[in-house]
Amino acid sequence: MKKGSPKESQPEPESAPKPGTPGVPYLLRLYVTGMTPRSVQAIRNIKEICEEYLQGRYELEIIDVYQQPVLTKDDQIIAVPALIKRQPLPLRRFIGDMSQKEKILQGLDLSPKPHRPDAQQ
Amino acid sequence: MTTAQRRPSHVTSPSITKSPTAIAGLDEITSGGLPKGRPTLICGGPGCGKTLLATEFIARGATQLGEAGVMMIFEENEDELIRNVASLGFDLKQLIKSKKLIIDHIHLDRGELQETGQYDLEGLFVRLNHAIDSLGAKRVVLDTIEALFGGLPNETILRSELHRLLQWLKQKGVTAIITGERGDTGHLTRNGLEEYVADCVIVLDHRTVEQITTRWLRIVKYRGSLHGTNEYPFLIGHTGISVLPITSLALTYPALSERISTGVPRLDAMLGGKGYYRGSSILVTGGAGTGKTSLASAFVQAACQHGDSTLYYSFEESPQQIIRNMASIGIKLMPWITQKRLQIHAVRPSQQGLELHLLEIQEKIRKLKPQVVVVDPITNLDGLGNWQEVNSMFTRLIDYLKTEQITTLLTSLTSAKDTEQTTETAISSLIDSWILLRNLEHSGERNRGLYVLKSRGMAHSNQIREFQLSDQGIKLLDVYVGSGEVYTGASRLVQEARDAAEVAAQSDLLSRLRCSVQQKRSAAAAKIAIVQSELEAELNELDHSIKQLEMRARVSTLNADRMSRQRIAEAESRPGKAHPSRKKADHPAPVIST
Repeated sequence: MKKGSPKESQPEPESAPKPGTPGVPYLLRLYVTGMTPRSVQAIRNIKEICEEYLQGRYELEIIDVYQQPVLTKDDQIIAVPALIKRQPLPLRRFIGDMSQKEKILQGLDLSPKPHRPDAQQ
Repeated sequence: MTTAQRRPSHVTSPSITKSPTAIAGLDEITSGGLPKGRPTLICGGPGCGKTLLATEFIARGATQLGEAGVMMIFEENEDELIRNVASLGFDLKQLIKSKKLIIDHIHLDRGELQETGQYDLEGLFVRLNHAIDSLGAKRVVLDTIEALFGGLPNETILRSELHRLLQWLKQKGVTAIITGERGDTGHLTRNGLEEYVADCVIVLDHRTVEQITTRWLRIVKYRGSLHGTNEYPFLIGHTGISVLPITSLALTYPALSERISTGVPRLDAMLGGKGYYRGSSILVTGGAGTGKTSLASAFVQAACQHGDSTLYYSFEESPQQIIRNMASIGIKLMPWITQKRLQIHAVRPSQQGLELHLLEIQEKIRKLKPQVVVVDPITNLDGLGNWQEVNSMFTRLIDYLKTEQITTLLTSLTSAKDTEQTTETAISSLIDSWILLRNLEHSGERNRGLYVLKSRGMAHSNQIREFQLSDQGIKLLDVYVGSGEVYTGASRLVQEARDAAEVAAQSDLLSRLRCSVQQKRSAAAAKIAIVQSELEAELNELDHSIKQLEMRARVSTLNADRMSRQRIAEAESRPGKAHPSRKKADHPAPVIST
């Protein structure tokens, strides 16, 4: 089975948000196309972002469209890689290899960290 | 399914197989359908019928040709599409339930979408592939894929992905329809889809002339195949799209030799004694009030009596009006309507465009299967288009009726300023029998005249007849032709009386002349008798005198003989004086004879 089977979730400590990172839990779903370089890139990028900004309060599902074609219809997937922010609302979509970090953070309603270097530690 | 694949029956080129659309008329102008296993682009402005054409291709493929289909729709959602085409008789829900169709609505909301680097459309491919494979679909519609340009950023990626998609569809071997919005100047589509679809491009259009809109279809290209190049009008009717190819005028209809009565015995007589040919087209032209409808109704009645099912298409009067008016001249149509042998269908010409009229007539005919059709009058359609469109519509109508072997009577109103033969020149070549009704104005009254302008394939009278409508029906009378003029009505009566008087006078004169000849002859005979008797009297007289003279002459000769004999005797008695005495004897004789 390829890397992105349904619930390849990160450790799920979402019920216990880390102190100092208040906020709602994030439900994210990333659609990729098998193990193409672009897919791998997207997975790596999004994982980095999540670990950096949402540690402990996110769930990331990685779905391979080849394996789960039915889901593409439900989630209206055309372009891949595609990230869907299912929660918190509003629903947002990102397409591409997730390399534009600024845009993603903005879309996820997360403020860029560089201003608060201490929060990262 | 394999039979469906083999179905393209009139494929023109062996290298291209075709996938029939089963859309009325479209397969004819594409010589068999769309290119099988290749994408076809259908483009046109908003509301010109792209989606419907595409949907019909899928629906007919599934229901009539056994080919399952996949529709990817970008603009409407599934329910909307199902509802929209349900009114045209396509039950997509049923098709979905019976696994003949998958509709996949693709929703793109640019507002909730962020581009974060390179992407591709593999998601679309996967969705499509999954749908195709799960049904074994042969037909695919993407309507309209241009929505991608509005819904996704980065045109460069989209273009290359589109190119890849169309290649992939070809590899997949599905017959696809891609729709696209009409572009601005010089481009068929807004985003240049025609660059990707090289095999077949069909353009739809609709134009409004005089508040009446007509839809048009044109095949811009069809690689490797013959196709009609004209712009064909098409309709969206109760049963979907019908393309109306004008070029189906193949002139292959069989000619029937059976005859059918005109409903007017004298007119039958004028047409070689038997009436019209069955399956022929008859045109009755004439000015206002010349009796076109009456002549048509007489024909309808005769046809119904003969047992033919008849369709009367009226563009002028309501059925009730026709029934009432015709009853007044002794033509009873009502019984035939109750017996369902006659249907009168009245439509306002301005109710719809020409093409819709044509389609409606064709549909009615298909449903009722009549043997006789009357259209009264076709000229009322004139206002619905320019003369070319109108002529083309008439041509196709008549052609259709001929192909169906329906005896057709069309009436046509000629306006006062036209001569009766100008307006119909365009369709006259399709008309087999042409009857002309004319108003004949003379000495303060108007009468109707009728003559047969042409009637193919039969001996027909060249005479003008007077056409009379009475409560006994239609009568044709010989017109009075005297001194180079045609007389009808009262002037005919006057002329008849005048002529009768003249004849009487002439016969009087004749007998008088005869009498005088007789008299002359007898007078002459009498004279001859007198002359004869005079002649005879004179001759008698002459005879008498001749006889007397002859008698006298004879008597005197006798005397002379006697005298000479006496002298000789005297001379013998005195010798020597014999010679001179003889001379003397000769001399007196003539004296005596005188």
